[in-house]
Amino acid sequence: MSTETLTIGKALNLGLRKAMEDDAKVVLMGEDIGKLGGVFRITDGLQKDFGEARVVDTPLAEAGILGTAVGLAMRGYRPVCEIQFDGFVFPAYNQIVTQVAKMHARSKGRLPMPIVIRIPFGGGIGAVEHHSESPEAYFAHTAGLKVVAVSNPVDAYWGIQQAIAHPDPIVFLEPKRRYWEKAEVDTDATPDPLFASRVVRGGDDVTVLAYGPMVKTALQAAEAVAEEGRSLEVVDLRTVSPLDLEPVFESVRRTGRCVVVHEAPVTLGLGAEIAARVTESCFHSLEAPVLRVGGFDTPYPPSKLEEEYLPDLDRVLDAVDRAMEF
Amino acid sequence: MTALPETTEMVDPVPGADAPHLPQRSELVQLLTPEGERVEHPDYALEISDEELRNLYRDLVLVRRWDVEATALQRQGELGIWASLLGQEAAQIGAGRAMAADDMAFPTYREHGVAWTRGVDPLHVISLFRGVDNGGWDPVATGFNLYTVVIGAQCLHATGYAMGLQRDGAENATLAFLGDGATSQGEVNEAMIWAASFSAPVVFFCQNNQYAISVPLERQSRVPLYQRAAGFGFPGVRVDGNDVLAVLAVTRQALQAAREGQGPTFIEAFTYRMGAHTTSDDPTRYRLASELEEWKLRDPIARLKAHLSRQDKADAAFFESVEREADQLAERIRGGTVDMPDPDPAAMFDTVYAEQTPWLAAQRDEFVAYRASFEEAGE
Ligand SMILES: Cc1ncc(C[n+]2csc(CCOP(=O)(O)OP(=O)(O)O)c2C)c(N)n1
Ligand SMILES: [Mg+2]
Repeated sequence: MSTETLTIGKALNLGLRKAMEDDAKVVLMGEDIGKLGGVFRITDGLQKDFGEARVVDTPLAEAGILGTAVGLAMRGYRPVCEIQFDGFVFPAYNQIVTQVAKMHARSKGRLPMPIVIRIPFGGGIGAVEHHSESPEAYFAHTAGLKVVAVSNPVDAYWGIQQAIAHPDPIVFLEPKRRYWEKAEVDTDATPDPLFASRVVRGGDDVTVLAYGPMVKTALQAAEAVAEEGRSLEVVDLRTVSPLDLEPVFESVRRTGRCVVVHEAPVTLGLGAEIAARVTESCFHSLEAPVLRVGGFDTPYPPSKLEEEYLPDLDRVLDAVDRAMEF
Repeated sequence: MTALPETTEMVDPVPGADAPHLPQRSELVQLLTPEGERVEHPDYALEISDEELRNLYRDLVLVRRWDVEATALQRQGELGIWASLLGQEAAQIGAGRAMAADDMAFPTYREHGVAWTRGVDPLHVISLFRGVDNGGWDPVATGFNLYTVVIGAQCLHATGYAMGLQRDGAENATLAFLGDGATSQGEVNEAMIWAASFSAPVVFFCQNNQYAISVPLERQSRVPLYQRAAGFGFPGVRVDGNDVLAVLAVTRQALQAAREGQGPTFIEAFTYRMGAHTTSDDPTRYRLASELEEWKLRDPIARLKAHLSRQDKADAAFFESVEREADQLAERIRGGTVDMPDPDPAAMFDTVYAEQTPWLAAQRDEFVAYRASFEEAGE
């Protein structure tokens, strides 16, 4: 067994390195990812070790990054594209939605698109406009794409490798404000499957669902209510498309209450889909409606207000209380 | 089964990646040498009084002081981030002062010098970087659009605005700012196509500061940027971006041509980002200190100062008074920043739509009540 204490950022870096060692067709592309190692240093040192053909500092053009990734994928490469910040994926949105997502179906399976689109997402870092967005629903709404959102170093290390090895295009969301969170990672372990949710804390009163940066917040809420003698079951969804809700249904059938937490605006966010499915599958067990805690239906605010906008411990506790009082 | 080709071992470097760049022609428009010597250019005559020269000097010094103060404020935790204009003062002041009152500027996030020339209060720019709002100035009243952070998007806005001016028969033009990196964006190229197709009165003002964060110009272009304009069908000019006089003359002429219906011009202001990309950046990871030393010799302020002193166009008292004014400005910026009130949290709901929707109004009410519940609980 070889265990290391890693941050999410470093775990991603090591995972990328491993994927590049394992498969010579893996090519990293993005703005500032080479010499600089990316603005978050996730690709630090990789260009030095793997060369400029495998770690490509691209021109400043996101449509170009994703569009050329399609061609490279057709040629048998496995492009791993870094989008510098969530808010800058939109110039590439056309390529992602109309080409990357649809090529497999269009070609009757002849042209697989093993492309990974890495996006640091979410708020809480005191940034200016476009650096704090949670665009996962746009991608989850697009057939042909898979969407993963990691919450911890273990999933970061394994998840990035699994995503790269996977034949379908994957939007791989990295919780940027948690890049520096640490955990022990056993690099010899057998990883959990990529598209599976995970119960990260057992409990009986309310099932709380989260992914990416909000998992930590959900766990804090569980900690806080434990002092009052209540117990929350916390599920890290890990993948937002496809959703793995069987463990969630099992949990909700026991607790009868369900709260979904994400940073993205509530309207038509992942919580809406989850609430519908939980209601369909667990209707007779529900003691309260499925509640959603998310961002408001406003543009992400200037950073002085982001703590007001983002779901925090209190907002999760408030929803837990409302679910309990029902 | 797929019919993908089996490729052989990947070649590194990719063949052609290091193809030689076309030789750069030295067609740099310059009216003031780095040593401060006034030179003439056949296409760009500039009549300028001593007083105007002193005013330009004052502009340059004041915006640099603003910039230095803002960087310090960020270091002290008063700003979330700051995008420094250090080294690009002449490009921005020259361009800004070339504009007429009713022309419209479309800046990126670094055009503090242009903001200054449009009468925008520095604190209204600071408030964006402090996280209070997305820029506190009135874009209509100042003729200076709000900062655009998504690279290149503003070039299309400037083109559309210019098309509007054209339709209205207004004798004005727009000035679209962009960086060297931005020239790679599809939207920027679309803007140039639109501008050309409609002969829109827009001038593209590209500050080639040699880098897009860490990525050097060579990754964006194999030809000097100003030469790209020819492919779109309008003139391209490369100007010494550290020479405020040359920038002023070139931009004036391009704006005038646009106003007169001659269509767009692309100006490449050849300059250097003397600081980090932003306060979050560490340039030692991607460029040599010697490069900066070289560019310090072409400092935009030093050369105008040398010119003014040597030609007896300004005396010691003038330079001292500008320094004093800069100190006062810095003090005002510091005080205004530290005392800047935080925004009203509920305001984030208020300007999303022209008229508040019932759903958002309900969300706002809930938000206000939720916050009040903490205040009642004395938390
Ligand atoms: C669409 C988009 N992609 C990426 C970014 C992140 N980013 C901010 S500034 C920058 C480099 C810009 O370089 P350049 O156009 O040369 O302007 P400069 O910053 O040098 O003034 C990048 C990549 C962005 N703001 N927008
Ligand atoms: Mg640049």
